[in-house]
Amino acid sequence: MIISEQKPFDSIIDIIQKGSVFIIGCSECAALCHVGGEPEVLEMEKKLIESNINVTGWIVLDPACHLLNNKRLFKSVNKEIDDADHLLVLSCGNGVQVIEQLYPDKHIISGTNTLFVGAEINRGIFERECNLCGSCIVDDFEGLCPISHCPKQLMNGPCGGSMDGKCEINRDFNCIWDEIINKKNKLKKTDSLMNLFPPKDWTSYKKYQWRDHHKL
Amino acid sequence: MDACNITDNQTAVVRLSSLAGSVLLKQKNIEPIYQMSCRDRNRIALQSDILGAVALGINNILFVTGDHQSVGNHPHAKGVFDIDSIQLVSIAKSMRDKGIFQNGEPLKKPFFNLFIGAVCNPFATPYDYRVDRLEKKINAGADFIQTQSVFNIDHFQNFMDKVISRGLDKKVFILAGVTPMKSEKMMDRMKFHVPGVDIPDDVYNRLKNADDFQAESQIVSCETINSLKKMKGVHGIHITALFWESIIPSFLERCNFLPRP
Repeated sequence: MIISEQKPFDSIIDIIQKGSVFIIGCSECAALCHVGGEPEVLEMEKKLIESNINVTGWIVLDPACHLLNNKRLFKSVNKEIDDADHLLVLSCGNGVQVIEQLYPDKHIISGTNTLFVGAEINRGIFERECNLCGSCIVDDFEGLCPISHCPKQLMNGPCGGSMDGKCEINRDFNCIWDEIINKKNKLKKTDSLMNLFPPKDWTSYKKYQWRDHHKL
Repeated sequence: MDACNITDNQTAVVRLSSLAGSVLLKQKNIEPIYQMSCRDRNRIALQSDILGAVALGINNILFVTGDHQSVGNHPHAKGVFDIDSIQLVSIAKSMRDKGIFQNGEPLKKPFFNLFIGAVCNPFATPYDYRVDRLEKKINAGADFIQTQSVFNIDHFQNFMDKVISRGLDKKVFILAGVTPMKSEKMMDRMKFHVPGVDIPDDVYNRLKNADDFQAESQIVSCETINSLKKMKGVHGIHITALFWESIIPSFLERCNFLPRP
């Protein structure tokens, strides 16, 4: 899922300055990250009202990145949205930009910072997983991804700073290459460690840099 | 000395361009080893710089991945890391030996006068993999190797035994790194804070208890060099007198390196 965090409330107030607000949440990733589910939307409404900001209404989309479903759900709150000067979106950046397409004349405020694609590995603990590079190579590395998890994106073994299984940049983090080597040792696939992996083809990554429509 | 390394914004701190530095040395008739890192440039810029270096008469290039930008003086920078050092070595070799760029297109004018260098750290873990990684670099096209600074001779001997058993010392020139440390502070930093540096406790304590740190430090380095000179498979020494370059002439003399052939 897409991991996001709420922006500091004061910075949201700074962006609003004046005018009325309609709040939009998301039932999926943002809800699981506790930044845009119904409880957070209601909490945001309460805090805005306490700050003397008029809130015309709110909705939790299901999910915010589903354009067609959004159109259907928004029908029930047309008037509240019309009355608002700002749409405050508490979803990831995808949802924010889908909503911008539906309301190109409204001032859109993103109430979150979108951080990474990852997994909830424990309650409230999220781990960054995929780097969205567009051409998956984890099959060469026993399911472990050096593009996502090595800060230098090394494809041919650990750098000279890998020490006792830890990354040279931050000793709190494991060296992914140490993990790859250990797993290959365990699976008796060490021969492939001598393979020279050529420079990565970033074409697929670049292909998705535009706001293009992709039929999948 | 025979050649001087010009580092490429090492520790991710902005410094004079290593290509410019290499040209300045060349103008003074000093043989440069131009270091090139993958941190700040993609494959287009790196290949362009290889062509530029060769055109300027810089024939020794040492390819490294580079220190991560987060450890330097512009931690907010975006790192490039389009390719890694082994891939860059392979690209340089293809440019020289096959006359082609990474994309397979031919160079308009071939060149042959390029001596390809790479680095190796026998003191980083996993230890067993370090010989594999060296072999990968040799297979990719490295002609010479500069190692991390050697303080732990026993560990380095162990590493070299494995290198020799695979015959790798016959395929590449290995220059062992030696660092005379200028101060106790530097030693503490290197021992406790620089990943991949192995200063054994006996060396550390000997220098810690020395009356004159700098004098003792040079003696230790000289002894290391004497051991390395006798070590099979070691073809040369790479001296890194960090922030202490001024001692190099006298240090070379003390280690019986002068006069050079």
